[in-house]
Amino acid sequence: MNTTPTLELRNLEVAYTVRGIDRQVLRDVSFAIAPGEAYGLVGESGCGKSTAAFAAMRYLPRNGKITKGSILFEGQDIVDINEDAVAKLRRSAISMVYQNPATALNPTIRIGKQIAEVFELNGVSSSDAMMMAEQALTRVQIADPARVLRRYAHQLSGGMAQRVVIAMALASNPRLLVMDEPTTGLDATVEAEVLDLVRELRRDTGTAVLFISHNLGVIRNMCDRVGVLYAGALVEQGATSDLFSNPSHPYTVGLLRCIPRGGLHKSTDRLDTIPGTPPALGLKFDGCVFAARCALADDKCRTQLPQMVTINGAHVARCFHSDKASSLPRSVEQIEYAPQVTGHSTKVGDALLNISHLSKVFTQDGHKVRVINDVSLTLGVGETLGLVGESGSGKTTIAKLLLGLTPPEEGGVVTLDGKGLAKTLNRRDVADVGAMQIVFQNPDQALNRRHSVTRIVGRAVERLRKFSLADAIARAHELLSGMRVEASLHSVRPVQLSGGLKQRVAISRAFAGAPQLVVCDEPTSALDVSVQAAILNLLVDLQKQDKTSFIFISHDLGVVRYISDRIAVLYLGRVVEFGTSQRVFSGPFHPYTEALLSSVPNIDGSTRKRIPLTGSVPSPSNPPSGCVLNPRCPRKAGSGYETLCETEEPNLNEVEPGHFMRCHIPMAKLKQLQS
Amino acid sequence: MTDETAKQAQQTVLSERLAVLRKNKAFIVGAAILCFWALSAIFGKLIARYDQDFMDYEYINSAPSGKYWFGTDSNGRDVYSRVIIGSRIILVISFLATLLGAFLGASLGLAAGYLKGKFDMVLMRILEAISAIPVIIIALLAVAAIGRSSSIITILIIGFIFTPNVARTVRAAVLGESELEYVAAAKLRTEKTAHILFREVLPNVLPTLIVEFTVRLGYAIFAVATLSFLGAGLEAGSPDWGTQVADTWSLIFTNVWWPTLFPSLAIASVAVSINLISDALLEVFEL
Repeated sequence: MNTTPTLELRNLEVAYTVRGIDRQVLRDVSFAIAPGEAYGLVGESGCGKSTAAFAAMRYLPRNGKITKGSILFEGQDIVDINEDAVAKLRRSAISMVYQNPATALNPTIRIGKQIAEVFELNGVSSSDAMMMAEQALTRVQIADPARVLRRYAHQLSGGMAQRVVIAMALASNPRLLVMDEPTTGLDATVEAEVLDLVRELRRDTGTAVLFISHNLGVIRNMCDRVGVLYAGALVEQGATSDLFSNPSHPYTVGLLRCIPRGGLHKSTDRLDTIPGTPPALGLKFDGCVFAARCALADDKCRTQLPQMVTINGAHVARCFHSDKASSLPRSVEQIEYAPQVTGHSTKVGDALLNISHLSKVFTQDGHKVRVINDVSLTLGVGETLGLVGESGSGKTTIAKLLLGLTPPEEGGVVTLDGKGLAKTLNRRDVADVGAMQIVFQNPDQALNRRHSVTRIVGRAVERLRKFSLADAIARAHELLSGMRVEASLHSVRPVQLSGGLKQRVAISRAFAGAPQLVVCDEPTSALDVSVQAAILNLLVDLQKQDKTSFIFISHDLGVVRYISDRIAVLYLGRVVEFGTSQRVFSGPFHPYTEALLSSVPNIDGSTRKRIPLTGSVPSPSNPPSGCVLNPRCPRKAGSGYETLCETEEPNLNEVEPGHFMRCHIPMAKLKQLQS
Repeated sequence: MTDETAKQAQQTVLSERLAVLRKNKAFIVGAAILCFWALSAIFGKLIARYDQDFMDYEYINSAPSGKYWFGTDSNGRDVYSRVIIGSRIILVISFLATLLGAFLGASLGLAAGYLKGKFDMVLMRILEAISAIPVIIIALLAVAAIGRSSSIITILIIGFIFTPNVARTVRAAVLGESELEYVAAAKLRTEKTAHILFREVLPNVLPTLIVEFTVRLGYAIFAVATLSFLGAGLEAGSPDWGTQVADTWSLIFTNVWWPTLFPSLAIASVAVSINLISDALLEVFEL
């Protein structure tokens, strides 16, 4: 076997020039990828994962430069080779798959031509190239490749587009494939398919892969070896199974503990967090990069740079205390929050929200599109309702309908605490508006970047609780401090806050009007896992103290499972399963829920059979007849109910007390199929 | 991030940006030129060497010399002093005209971009129709209709002419902004539309507006000069640059180039300096 690694980074240091100053983003990074090996780089945002990938392609942004070290591709140093040689390398030996397939494809050129271009660059005639493009699409398992060749990028779904990008990357038969968060923007079901595909292709082609992801589960399932990056330094490296079973750097230990996994629930378990925040870009360190946030750090850690220590064979960690890493003290933050005086005397579990027959029709190019179809749900005081489903299932639209940002169709009724709510926001009174608030997905967009933190929260208190300005500001400061936004940050603008702090400000604002119900629309999906854990803990604490109810929208089933008391699974604007968290997650499952659950990459390393959903989500403008899931249903075939599934839409039936399902196949049969 | 480091980070970003700005040669040159003209506009009479109307009959059309640095015009007036003193007129008029255009344009653009629908449709078509007519023709028609020309009328004309451009730019920025969730958040605390427009959205499109303002200011300098040149601007005989060029350009054919060249250079230098500054600001503040 060839012993020269396909890619080797040796003591690589990279700096970006930002506002006239060089800031180091990679610190002495060394790793090697053998031919045919998949190497995963994992770490939180800003740790230098993508920089490492771009450096390997010699594709750093204009303000980036390699200040030290070497990058060896098949033994040859490519740090100083000229642009022509770099172009040749990219044309024939190294390919890259980017995070966002929608922007990686040229929107004005047909797919076929884009793929054929790669072949033509390598000297194939244009007629042959088109034929080879079709073969390339076949290779990535795209159905009907001849038709896809004639399409434009915007006519493809996210999963299809990513397959096309992968097909293009593989067209030159590269020896190294760099994949930068290739599935991050995709739904879990699509992600699972794309990962399956990558795994198969790797087996067939023997291409070495540098796989970059913030998702530990994905890395665990895809890679032979893993490197953990923190603040631009490689802090731990080893075979995947070794590293996950015996994490030996406190950062890796902390990272793994933050993730809500395997049946953890808010009622019994509090999530760990990593205290503090990652260092600013380009900060200089005397000692260990992680010392400031590490509970095990001592003076030595702060003053001396630790070297890589061998844990077991190839498993190494850059830590003086790697032997003690697994005993890292648990870190849990408690809030100091004064409960709101709301005057609600109801107790936990009493009915609070009742949604009945909610529908929404959008008009698109003159066609009526029913995006929400007859949704009825209930939620009790102090409980959390988790809304899950693939993108386009209508989760966010339901939130907008509830809040009155978009009016529902006639017949839909929303009652909160026994009181019917007006359809639109401007017809609701202040008390009703304050009673139901939202925490948006992206705090960068949800907080006005021109206003100070105090103003953002204070104005909400002033409007919703009719406080005087002075009282409103006092209350805002109280709220913010309670949510651990320190007093000296109250006068700054959101741009100066980290993602987690921004989301705390957004939560403070949502709680300004003493709400009974807060809709959380993917509140942690833009955050790193350690920050996510802290935000989830905060929400749970608030719920306990204020008896606030949540509607929690997320595509992350682990998070939903952790925080929810009830779950509603949505598909194509319909509730397909609804019940208590325990019932929904313990099965028997609705076939759609089953497929969703099985597609989540498992962080525990246990293998389990994936129940695939074939094809992509149909357009709500032209839903399938019968059960809307039937063309993709993993349990239809062989169930004995095929005809019924294809002709008649099932009702949402109570299959056991408190557990509703929209499926023709009876519980007993599902149980038997799923055992 | 602790509070202290966040505050420091905020100050560092600003001070680093200012440091980059101070090193930006284009910005320095632009700012120096504009400062010079601003000082001339404020202290014109002190910097000038003669009164703008002082006529030296010994020196009619005399070439630049130690006594008259930029030479004299056909009335024996010092071109240098007239250029210096004339800066006030053009800078003030251009600035006020641009301000008027920016105010009207921003208001209409905000309303159109936020309210969308029919209002947006109708308003934008009207503004497009206005901007389809050549600027000079509108100006001349307006002057002809009013029957006289003055600085106020010049300001109004240029302000109105700039309105559609500013409105279009602001509308495009507002269309993007109004989709952002902070607008929904404002609705969810029962804010009125006017509050959302002027207190929430406007501050966020301000950078766009400021850039548009500087670009328009550059055009306004030309527009004021052009209108004066055509006699549709200020009162005849005023030391304004456009009028000076208009009064003297025919002398070029008799080889008396200085009364035309120096005001022309002044016009060009102001326009260029404003563009240099706006380019540098765009780059450094990553707009």
